[in-house]
Amino acid sequence: MREIAYEEIVKNVRDIIVYSASHLPEDALDAMKKAYENEKSPVSKEVLKQLLENAQIASSEARPLCQDTGLAVFFVKVGADVRVVGGLLKDAINEGTEKGYREGYLRASTCEPFSRLNLKDTVGYNLPAIIHFDIVEGDKIEIEYAAKGGGSENVSRAKVFPPAAGKEGVIEYVKECISDAGPNPCPPLTVGVGIGGTFEKAAISSKHALFRNIGSVNEDPEMAELEGVILKELNKLGIGTMGMGGTETVLAVHIEANPCHIASLPVSVNVQCHSSRHTHITI
Amino acid sequence: MSKTYHLTTPLSDEDVAKLESGDIVYLNGTIYTARDAAHKRLVDLLDEGKELPFDLKGAIIYFVGPTPPKPGDPIGSAGPTTSYRMDSYSPRLIAEGLKGMIGKGKRNQEVKDACVKYKAVYFGATGGAGALLGKQIKSAEVIAYEELGPEAVRKLEVVDFPVTVVNDAYGRDLYQIGREQYEVK
Ligand code: SF4
Repeated sequence: MREIAYEEIVKNVRDIIVYSASHLPEDALDAMKKAYENEKSPVSKEVLKQLLENAQIASSEARPLCQDTGLAVFFVKVGADVRVVGGLLKDAINEGTEKGYREGYLRASTCEPFSRLNLKDTVGYNLPAIIHFDIVEGDKIEIEYAAKGGGSENVSRAKVFPPAAGKEGVIEYVKECISDAGPNPCPPLTVGVGIGGTFEKAAISSKHALFRNIGSVNEDPEMAELEGVILKELNKLGIGTMGMGGTETVLAVHIEANPCHIASLPVSVNVQCHSSRHTHITI
Repeated sequence: MSKTYHLTTPLSDEDVAKLESGDIVYLNGTIYTARDAAHKRLVDLLDEGKELPFDLKGAIIYFVGPTPPKPGDPIGSAGPTTSYRMDSYSPRLIAEGLKGMIGKGKRNQEVKDACVKYKAVYFGATGGAGALLGKQIKSAEVIAYEELGPEAVRKLEVVDFPVTVVNDAYGRDLYQIGREQYEVK
């Protein structure tokens, strides 16, 4: 069985958090440049230019792209033949998160649900991280990370439809979600859609769908086609960059589908803003 | 057609009167930051008839919770937060003399009505452009509610801080106008 030191996990997590905060990944940058080329509205085009300039300043001066440096969200695949020595994997990820946010001068955005007070004095800085674990074959640990901002998270939604709702129902639901959201989630967006599973499985799938590289093609041809249909529908909404009106509202639609109960069709829509800070590493 | 202006705070009624939805404005001078928790406290102070930590007359409030500054910098990244969370407090502050708000996203009808009634504007700053906007802030000082961390009230000095007029004092809304123009029915 392969062994990985607790400290190595802490360091890796810290590093990807600090780096991601100021470096927009290639896929997001390329999609934004494409949107800039295609945008018909001069106002939206101007704002897209500002965003590309922002990305440039952020990376060259190592400043956070956005002041909302998010909650830290992880999808972690742990190989069955690897073990962490010196502590728990979960603790290592949390420790790396705290270090990353603190040492990178990133904003801690966690608070108690009702008092709205920051937990940093009792639990830690921007903790706890949101972590989803999976056990897989092999002796590696794969960590997918994204910083998830509040503006786009707040417009996300989930619903369990009757099976008869079908594809039409899903398309309408996603359209309604993005239309209602308008400028609030900082478009141009990536839209994650979880279909099937159970209520929570759909929600987690819609989150995980946002970690996929923008511009990549869905392996399931049926879902790939549906992604194209929804994308076209969403860009008819006219919302544009930051809601200023325009043709490029959504950069990509990513679907993750799962088998579900014969009685239900769960659907979840999770929205990511243009500041799509995501990355993954394998240790 | 959208016009471009350079304005210095505090804003006068004349400043506000010339602005129209879609205009680009470069702001200079002092602006104040406040988010949800600070807004609640400001309105509570007004209810109790107490003095606010800054003068509202002609003031601009920026809805922002910046990242902590790196050593030597006045502030970290500082883009706008979503404004609707301040909707229940803004009309009260506008009635007391607030002339401008900077944020991102839609406002409700009460806020738009208050902008018309008391002559105020809602500016949109580019959400997610925190690095770029942070550079236009030359100094920052916490003047109240330090315990709220990123939500504390800060006094900022800005130079050519770029914003767009979303809701003007005539009831217009750039989010509606812009979208209608590009919507495919
Ligand atoms: S939605 Fe995204 S870009 Fe907009 S403020 Fe939040 S994190 Fe930043």
